[in-house]
Amino acid sequence: MFFKVNSILLIIILNYGGSFMMKKSKIFLLFALVLGLGIFLAACGTSSSDKNTDKKDSASGSEAEVKDFGIAMVTDQGGVDDKSFNQSAWEGLQEFGEANGLTKGNGIDFAQSNGQADFMPNITRLVRDEYDVILATGFLLKEDIQKAAKQFPDSNFAIVDETVDAPNAASLGFAEHQGSFLVGVAAAHKSETGKLGFVGGIDSPLIQKFEAGFIAGAKSVNPDITVDVQYAEHFSDAAKGKLIASNMYDNGIDVIYHAAGGTGNGVFNQAKDIKQNDPERQIWVIGVDRDQHEEGQIGDNNVTLTSMVKRVDVAVKELANLAKDGKFPGGEKLEFGIEEDGIAVTTTNEEAMTEDIIKSVDEWQEKILNGEVEVPKTREELEAFEESL
Amino acid sequence: MFDILQSIVPTALFYSAPLIFTALGGVFSERSGVVNIGLEGLMVMGAFVGIVFNLTFADVLGAWTPWVSIIAATVVGAIFSIVHAVASITFRSDQTISGVAINMLALGLGVYLTKLWYGKGQTDMVQQPFYTTDIPLLSEIPIIGPIFFQGVYVTSYLAIIIAFIAWYVLYKTSFGLRLRAVGEHPMAADTNGINVYKMRYIGVILSGALGGLGGSVFALTIVSNFSHSTIVGQGFMALAAVIFGKWHPLGAMGAALFFGLAQSLSVVSAGVPLLADVPQVYLLIAPYVLTILALAGFIGRAEAPKASGIPYIKGNR
Repeated sequence: MFFKVNSILLIIILNYGGSFMMKKSKIFLLFALVLGLGIFLAACGTSSSDKNTDKKDSASGSEAEVKDFGIAMVTDQGGVDDKSFNQSAWEGLQEFGEANGLTKGNGIDFAQSNGQADFMPNITRLVRDEYDVILATGFLLKEDIQKAAKQFPDSNFAIVDETVDAPNAASLGFAEHQGSFLVGVAAAHKSETGKLGFVGGIDSPLIQKFEAGFIAGAKSVNPDITVDVQYAEHFSDAAKGKLIASNMYDNGIDVIYHAAGGTGNGVFNQAKDIKQNDPERQIWVIGVDRDQHEEGQIGDNNVTLTSMVKRVDVAVKELANLAKDGKFPGGEKLEFGIEEDGIAVTTTNEEAMTEDIIKSVDEWQEKILNGEVEVPKTREELEAFEESL
Repeated sequence: MFDILQSIVPTALFYSAPLIFTALGGVFSERSGVVNIGLEGLMVMGAFVGIVFNLTFADVLGAWTPWVSIIAATVVGAIFSIVHAVASITFRSDQTISGVAINMLALGLGVYLTKLWYGKGQTDMVQQPFYTTDIPLLSEIPIIGPIFFQGVYVTSYLAIIIAFIAWYVLYKTSFGLRLRAVGEHPMAADTNGINVYKMRYIGVILSGALGGLGGSVFALTIVSNFSHSTIVGQGFMALAAVIFGKWHPLGAMGAALFFGLAQSLSVVSAGVPLLADVPQVYLLIAPYVLTILALAGFIGRAEAPKASGIPYIKGNR
């Protein structure tokens, strides 16, 4: 997208420059070369991916008629090796493919989007290739999937981590409150000061689910524990995340749970800075969405206590299986929680996640599973929950 | 009170440092008569180069990596800004348009190269970022030491020192006088034998260098990796600081520090008796409201260099 706008702007500039060509032809030539290089780079980017997709097109186009079931995904910005939702979703599809004798381009496939402008063409192409289900990862694709579902009523669509309202579209959600409850339990056990912090991205019902679950989990272990809640009102403002984290750690908070995407980078940055200056100090960050162990590495220490992981692969596999059996949950909103293995708490940091903590987390997980504990999803439910403690 | 200051000042300082560098760049460019709204793009370039350089050479350079990284980012920022200089000075294109082009080109190029080299949307986190330290000697001064000199980034003080150097250069040297003359009345300057184009090129290239420096300091102190959302509006905040600081190096530095203070206060305010009652949003918008007021003439007069934004055509009256 940027390149297209760029090229237009550059053409405008070139035209401006054109009138001076006679006088300063040498400099102009140099300038044109530099700009031309930019356009060339942009062209490279699209042409190489076009080539790939062309190949995929011809392969999958012919195979789709032979096979009776096919499922494909459209990535949001980032490839299927982004260590996040795209990668996880693709792993789910690959597992599904292995179990059912499908391979890439032959029953399962992905279309990579390098920007928002690629979403609709990718979706349309997969529809044309007659995939039964077209899966989109991430909230960025919400509007395009909504539009596509209306435009192609005979195809089925699904979106991860968002809700789309159409009879031929399924929404795959996660029980974030349950996972947040469990990391809250871990945080309460780990905290020595009895003070925890929560850094949210944007104050919205979705992030409040994280907040409510986390506080409920922490207070279930220790009712006297305090949780400082701050919102950055941005999902990619690392500076704000660092400011908030710095203030929280200064105030004696020793475990921070972030549900703030890129803003959380600032939290990790601050925690690592403190750890660098004072390796003895016990401070922790809890990651979100995927295992953020790597982000917490500082020398021989690691500040990532655990991460609340959304198992997109599990959700995708489940959806694929349903669709294959002719039970595509069109118009429904599926929620993947602990029971469905859709949520996990990582134990990558073995030193920090001691056996006692893991045992306690498992106990509470059991209680959620057998219905003994109903994890609150909203601030109102949290209040009621706290009173019942 | 002491505790509060001790948590506000260092955070305000690290938040402001990248803004100070970049705003100083803006001052040089605008003082020479070239509007530079490409500061955001120059910061993106700086952040990208700083992170990539750091990731690539961390094993070789060890603890010196972040310093060499910001020097590399400064150089690349300077080179990159030549695109803006050529378009707006030599070819007299609209300075706003070529500034926008810089913003888009930098982001596009940065994200494209990240995908090409690392095969994913964002880089890994760097292993050698800047860390906070206690400044030797100064941190032992009672009261002032702990507030200003403990647990701070050296880059924050580097920014302040460079602001003073910029002030000296602009107001106490003949080079500075020439640069300002070119931005106020280029024809008069030309008549006196000053090469207007050369001075403007120097102004823009300095802004590129400082913008790149600001972007890399931001990336290496705050974010630690590069993605499409590493720099989100910091360049425009720096531009606001230039205006709020009335195109003066020390003014721009003060404005940037004030922006940092407002951000820091909005986070800390919950624990401060008087400020706790002020809704956070007022503190957050304070910098922007003040910038608008300054522009509207309520807080003194914010007057841009007279020839800022107007291409100079030799021999034209």
